[in-house]
Amino acid sequence: MPYLQFQSLSKSFPGVRALHDISFPVEESSVHALMGENGAGKSTLLKILSGVYRPDSGQLLLATQPQSFRSTNDAIAAGIAVIYQELQLVPEMSVAENLYLGHLPHSLGFLDKSTLRQNALQQLALLGEDIPPKTKLSSLPIGQRQMVEIAKALSRDAKVIAFDEPTSSLSSRETDKLFAVIRQLRSQGKVILYVSHRMDEIYSLCDAATVLRDGKHVITYPKPLPTSPPLHSPTSSLPPRDTLIQNMVGRSITDIFRYSPRPQGSVALEVRNLTGKGLSSPASFSVKKGEILGFFGLVGAGRTELLKLLYGAVRPRSGSIEIDSRPARISSPAAAIRSGIVLCPEDRKKEGIIPIRSVQENINLSGRRHFSPLHFFINPKRERTNAADQIRALSIKTPTPKQLIKNLSGGNQQKAILARWLSENNVKVILFDEPTRGIDVGAKSEIYSLIYRLAESGVAVIVVSSELPEVLGISDRICIMRQGSIAATLDRSQATSESVLSLALPATQEAA
Amino acid sequence: MNIQSPTRPSLRSFWDATGMLLVFVLLFAGCALFVPNFSSWVNFKGLLLSVATVGLISCTMLFCLASGDFDLSVGSIVAMAGVLTAVVINRTGSVPLGIAAGVASGALVGLVNGFVIARLGINALITTLATMQIVRGLAYIISDGKAVGINVPSFYSLGINSFPANPSRFAVPIPIWIMLISFVIFGILLNKTIFGRNTLAVGGNAEASRLAGIRVAPLKIVIFTLQGAMAAFAGVILAARFTSGQPTTAQGLELQVISACVLGGVSLTGGTGTIIGVVVGVLIMGIVNNAMNLLQIEPFYQYLASGSILLAAVLVDRLRTRTA
Repeated sequence: MPYLQFQSLSKSFPGVRALHDISFPVEESSVHALMGENGAGKSTLLKILSGVYRPDSGQLLLATQPQSFRSTNDAIAAGIAVIYQELQLVPEMSVAENLYLGHLPHSLGFLDKSTLRQNALQQLALLGEDIPPKTKLSSLPIGQRQMVEIAKALSRDAKVIAFDEPTSSLSSRETDKLFAVIRQLRSQGKVILYVSHRMDEIYSLCDAATVLRDGKHVITYPKPLPTSPPLHSPTSSLPPRDTLIQNMVGRSITDIFRYSPRPQGSVALEVRNLTGKGLSSPASFSVKKGEILGFFGLVGAGRTELLKLLYGAVRPRSGSIEIDSRPARISSPAAAIRSGIVLCPEDRKKEGIIPIRSVQENINLSGRRHFSPLHFFINPKRERTNAADQIRALSIKTPTPKQLIKNLSGGNQQKAILARWLSENNVKVILFDEPTRGIDVGAKSEIYSLIYRLAESGVAVIVVSSELPEVLGISDRICIMRQGSIAATLDRSQATSESVLSLALPATQEAA
Repeated sequence: MNIQSPTRPSLRSFWDATGMLLVFVLLFAGCALFVPNFSSWVNFKGLLLSVATVGLISCTMLFCLASGDFDLSVGSIVAMAGVLTAVVINRTGSVPLGIAAGVASGALVGLVNGFVIARLGINALITTLATMQIVRGLAYIISDGKAVGINVPSFYSLGINSFPANPSRFAVPIPIWIMLISFVIFGILLNKTIFGRNTLAVGGNAEASRLAGIRVAPLKIVIFTLQGAMAAFAGVILAARFTSGQPTTAQGLELQVISACVLGGVSLTGGTGTIIGVVVGVLIMGIVNNAMNLLQIEPFYQYLASGSILLAAVLVDRLRTRTA
């Protein structure tokens, strides 16, 4: 019998049926992928598993025993751990304290520091980590913090461990380490649920997969066999990639990039010898009207930093920027926008949207000054029509323009930020930092076609991405960044995964 | 990531919009029914007059809280501006000069607050905690620690006269008019201007607002300067009502103002707030104190009441912003 079973789970929120009659088994000693577009119901399912929500109907079984969690503590006691994207740790406390938070060893009410330290060392050693237990959590890189979170789950005897997009902020080395640990957990008989948008990861890691779409169960691979659970042969237990994607979106996507060349005009943006925080050598490059310039590099290569300097979000030390062959002085984002440079930032939640304001407010945030002659009173009518027009033009899915933007999916939030810039009347250069991070496959291709439309209208587009296929798929030209400087620029025709990646890797082997 | 609102949006927005209004209506009805002498024109005027200072400063505190900061220095500014106005009027004999000096001194303190917070990046709590003490000290220094009587009677009219003039049946004291006009002006400022919308955006997410081209630091400096000027203006009016500038006045006023705002649904974390809410919050506080006076409950118990109201207000804020 499978260890974990979901049986006819349903959960509704007013106006939304989040889960409808979900049933599938999850075996021991397996890594089970949970897939689906945003809004498919993955998060709701994880929240039922972890005791945050109670299902309206249906139940979940652990080792054939029906469970009814009243709180997250009940779920933890039953051996369930969910590792969320945003880790549930206290940055100001030590690694050891984080590990045993809630049940710190003590004698007579005093903290038993030596036991704490011993236990922490042991627990971390199980994962092959030798982090000193006294280290303050905030001084660890994100990959090691995640290891602490996993160690914490194991210290509580978790049997079922669910990962919610664990690699979204990890470097590739950290990802490899994480995968090794997950495989180790699998060999120890744990039940692992793995939520990710990255197909490569699912194929290299998972031996089973369940696809959800619009709150409904679409399919579970491998198809249940009458005999014992399948052996770990990922390639044979999962269907081809296209089939999986088709299951997720309910339609087939052959080429999500759909690139086609377009005419380019004169130079729109010329950057000369730009220096500042995060750059190790002066950066010079140019983009033409109608051109899409991709920036690729490993984590820490300085791509986001370069964009922030270009946008005035961080003040450059030196260098010159010309827009349409006229020098531009960019000392702040406000100045950048007035010169015609706009940015769709990497971290939408922190840097893009005002979560607790409406979609309409978020769209009009910058462009509204054009609607009011004195730049003082707002023009409610123009704001309404502009928001409605933009929502229609970009097909932003929202029940009303008054909906709080935090209730929209990632893709629609991204479109709303784009709508904000399309409400400006003078955009010449648009900067995208990771335009499709955390956005599902279906919405991705929509974002790409919006990028093409922008370029076709004569805007110069810069796209920073850490997804190599994306950079290769949509760019006319690619700048490769390495350790804080632009290492090379390749034309689309010259760029292959191999050529780009080899340029992005540090020239000399890093000391371990 | 999957984003779904786990709460009932319709019910919640109904509560947001009308929750405190409902409390206010019930409280008002209760007092009208059970508190003797509550329902009289004279009592209503007294009630409104008693909240005029808090009401005035709440207008700008609303902006301060909505932008994600707060200001503890307003009580001290009230005292300093009153004292300074009294001293300047006594020295020069000019009422306009005295009022201008008082208001300008408050604006200056606000400017300093805003500059330190927005440009130097010091936390608003610490900055205004410091200026609260500095400004209270200045009030004592200017007045030499004593109440400064004002010997130009034309100044008193600002605090004591009514419009239309007494003995008209509809005479309303000038401070109440000023409060009502301020509510209207700042309501328009919040809802109908780019300044107001930007204030809410900055409170909702300061970094995103900056990256969307809002000049966050100048905006905050303007908000704090307005706040300082408004507190000082309230202090000038209070001095006119007392016919003297008193360095010890308005102790703890900042907390009453913040409680009134929070009671009116202004989020302490910024990003949400309405002028109607603030009006309701101010009135709830006024009614509770007024009713206790009428019931001849000792003033000591009013401290219990204000404390409980503050706690209730924060709990309400917590319930509002909690994500289940």
